Amino acid sequence: MSKELLKFRITELLPTATFDDSGEWLNVELTAAEWPTLAGALCKDSHLALDYMFCLTCIDWKTHLTMVYHMTSTSFRHSVVVKVKLDRDKPEVVSVSKCWRTAEFHEREVYEMFGVNFLHHPDLRLLILPDGWEGKNPLRKDFEDPINMIRL
Amino acid sequence: MTAKQNTTSDFPGQIEELPGGGIVLSKLDDIINWARSNSLWPLTFATSCCGIEYMAVAGAKYDFSRFGFEVARATPRQADVIIIAGTIVNKMAPVLKRLYDQMADPKYVIAMGACAISGGPFFYNTYSVVKGADHIIPVDVYVAGCPPRPEALLHALISLQQKIKAGLTREQIRTGKE
Repeated sequence: MSKELLKFRITELLPTATFDDSGEWLNVELTAAEWPTLAGALCKDSHLALDYMFCLTCIDWKTHLTMVYHMTSTSFRHSVVVKVKLDRDKPEVVSVSKCWRTAEFHEREVYEMFGVNFLHHPDLRLLILPDGWEGKNPLRKDFEDPINMIRL
Repeated sequence: MTAKQNTTSDFPGQIEELPGGGIVLSKLDDIINWARSNSLWPLTFATSCCGIEYMAVAGAKYDFSRFGFEVARATPRQADVIIIAGTIVNKMAPVLKRLYDQMADPKYVIAMGACAISGGPFFYNTYSVVKGADHIIPVDVYVAGCPPRPEALLHALISLQQKIKAGLTREQIRTGKE
């Protein structure tokens, strides 16, 4: 499916969605409130068939956080990127692990590294970091670790 | 008494020429060190990109079996030398310590590349990297590079052999026995 067709179909599913198609893939920019509706529709939609989430990560912009989701269709070979802007002080977004099972551990990683709280996640706990790191988010730009870090 | 002459190559000792042949006079410790240095079994251990260079050195082109390192072991209990090929993170540190402890004496350590020497590119601004493997286990030979060229690792392996041939093992130094 071309970018234009993807845009058309996603607008049908969520009329308030905004797009940025300057990159290789179609970017859909959303608020945290819009995302659960679109996520539910995207993973069920047989025209899009976005059955594979190949990347889930987060970016710290210092002013806000952005959740980034990359989905692709294994049957049609088209990809969609969804970017969800979050409040840096209280980052909350609904978990998409019901739609894409792989999100379950990706979201755990974003939870420990950025402190994003995923609502309705079945098992939200640290993934890689050892015990005792709860609440410390090492990939935040302002993270400081006086014991292990040497400042440049 | 006939003239003494040093043995050829790096075999320790001197040849005592006698009618109809000769004998070699040497010290057992020197011969043990000589034997030991020529058959060092490395542990199959690599934590990042230096491991690729390590594998290249093991491969046909550079071929460290020419110097007696070909028997890479997947268990520390059979390994003589551990080549720390890559970054050691805080979570890996206890694992590395345990692997080292499981190796039988005498045992040797080569710190390969910038990460194993000092944390390398991860020295600043990181919460997770150990700033040098020698914070965890003692290191015999350091190899500079990021990653080092295969020739550099070969040089380090030969340096380790020379170190072993030259004198006491760390175990011998520790127990005060020659």
